[in-house]
Amino acid sequence: MNNLKSNIIRYIIKLSALITFGALFFLVGYILYRGIPNLSPSLFEFKYTSSNVSMFPSIINTLILVSITLVIATPIGVFTAFYLVEYANRGNKFVDLIRITTETLSGIPSIVYGLFGMLFFVYRLEFSYSLIAGTLTAAIMVLPLVIRSTEEALMSVDDSLREASFGLGAGKLRTIFRVVLPVAMPGILSGVILSIGRIVGETAALIYTFGTATQMAGGLFSSGRTLSVQMYMLSNEGLHVNESFATGVVLLIVILIINSLSTYLSNRLTKGRTN
Amino acid sequence: MKKISLEGFMKTIFILCATTSILAIILIVYFIFSGGVPFIMEYGLKNFLFGTEWRPSNTPQLFGILPMILGSLYITFGAIIIGVPIGVLTATYLAKFSDRRLYKFLKPSVNLMAGIPSIVYGFFALQVIVPLIKNLVGGSGMNIITSSILLGIMILPTIIGLSESSIRSVPQSYYEGSVALGASHERSVMSVVLPAAKSGIISSIILGIGRAIGETMAVILVAGNQPRVPDSITKGARTLTTNIVMEMAYAAETHREALIATAVVLFVFILIINTIFLFIKRRTLN
Repeated sequence: MNNLKSNIIRYIIKLSALITFGALFFLVGYILYRGIPNLSPSLFEFKYTSSNVSMFPSIINTLILVSITLVIATPIGVFTAFYLVEYANRGNKFVDLIRITTETLSGIPSIVYGLFGMLFFVYRLEFSYSLIAGTLTAAIMVLPLVIRSTEEALMSVDDSLREASFGLGAGKLRTIFRVVLPVAMPGILSGVILSIGRIVGETAALIYTFGTATQMAGGLFSSGRTLSVQMYMLSNEGLHVNESFATGVVLLIVILIINSLSTYLSNRLTKGRTN
Repeated sequence: MKKISLEGFMKTIFILCATTSILAIILIVYFIFSGGVPFIMEYGLKNFLFGTEWRPSNTPQLFGILPMILGSLYITFGAIIIGVPIGVLTATYLAKFSDRRLYKFLKPSVNLMAGIPSIVYGFFALQVIVPLIKNLVGGSGMNIITSSILLGIMILPTIIGLSESSIRSVPQSYYEGSVALGASHERSVMSVVLPAAKSGIISSIILGIGRAIGETMAVILVAGNQPRVPDSITKGARTLTTNIVMEMAYAAETHREALIATAVVLFVFILIINTIFLFIKRRTLN
């Protein structure tokens, strides 16, 4: 009797795992299966027209957006974590406040970020739909992710390293940059790479900040669409199902690469710790 | 002497950077609330929250968001019913039932699942789940059931990630004690380890609710988006989030303010959920 019950429990648990991973692999497989045959050269033509619906401009836009966003968000996020982990005392009220705001930021839905970006950057600061408005919105959005992963990476660095460095007469700054940072680097990088994934996959926060223009963004103040926004526009119109699948393939491959890289780096961090 | 001043200078820079997130929150709250609250005051909180008609092009315009509030709640509730048991049990599987080799493959898969863009989920649902539901229940296939299934899948990585780590953090001695008393592996996990991991699992569910309520671009493709009070789960519904995205592009003046006010309501929901989450998390830590 008991044996039977245990068996049933085990089957239900295994079934759940099967549903989870079955759904994932079916999704990935289905998008690849329907999308790869549609990856025609015309989808990568230099200029977007309504007949070729080329994703090339949106790929370039995504790359530009991601790079500028990281240039802004990474130093701010990493320095915030430096302060939280290396400088602030435990139980400091200011630190508590930063932690709470960071956690709140990470819970805000992207559409609210998008609306905020529209109200503040697009209208109040009169950037209009532009690369700079999209970038700043995305930077605020990934900030908590960078802070959190840097914090975790810094905290995983053994205190004895810091003490040794101080013992040898190094100052706080030198200790952070020469001793702590190199050890924590893989963890920080893995967080930064995850942020790339978040920006690449983002739609709701960008549609009313970066806009939906189909050309390559020519400068900080010109509008454009990222790959995800392009996929949204295509699938919402419903006229280009095959091209949507193809766009989905490119997105999935990018996310796959990003995730593998991030996993690899965070594994290196844990390995470094046990050795 | 010069070195000390560099130390001080850099420390100031670090502190300034640390204030960025506080500044960001203040700006976000200020702009969303100052954009929406005056409208709510003018239109009347009760009319806004409990009005059943959303007709921005009528004269006079009607801005009742009860349909969207209910749409969000129903779809989220459905997502929880689907996502929570599967997610928690998958986490149990990962923590207690999978062998190491398989785990090394499955764990990154969960991360991949978390990284897949919402638009890809939405498009997949549009192409696969919508026709399926259409065949099963008729209609257009874009309805509350479809959206709930989609969101149920999308919140899985959130629930699995947090649940798994809280299951793993239960001391091994609990499990061993139970096994020593003669309970089977399955029984020990289900009746001893999982209850001990309860608060972590609950916070994972709350995080999942937050993710489901806030999701926009996936839901917009499959929910049908009709702004009426949903009377059946086989009918289409519109959520708070999709209401904003759908109409923002062409909204002007009062209509735009009403959409920002919709974001205020969404924001308040999220703040409540976040507070509950933080509260449970702090209580667990202490």
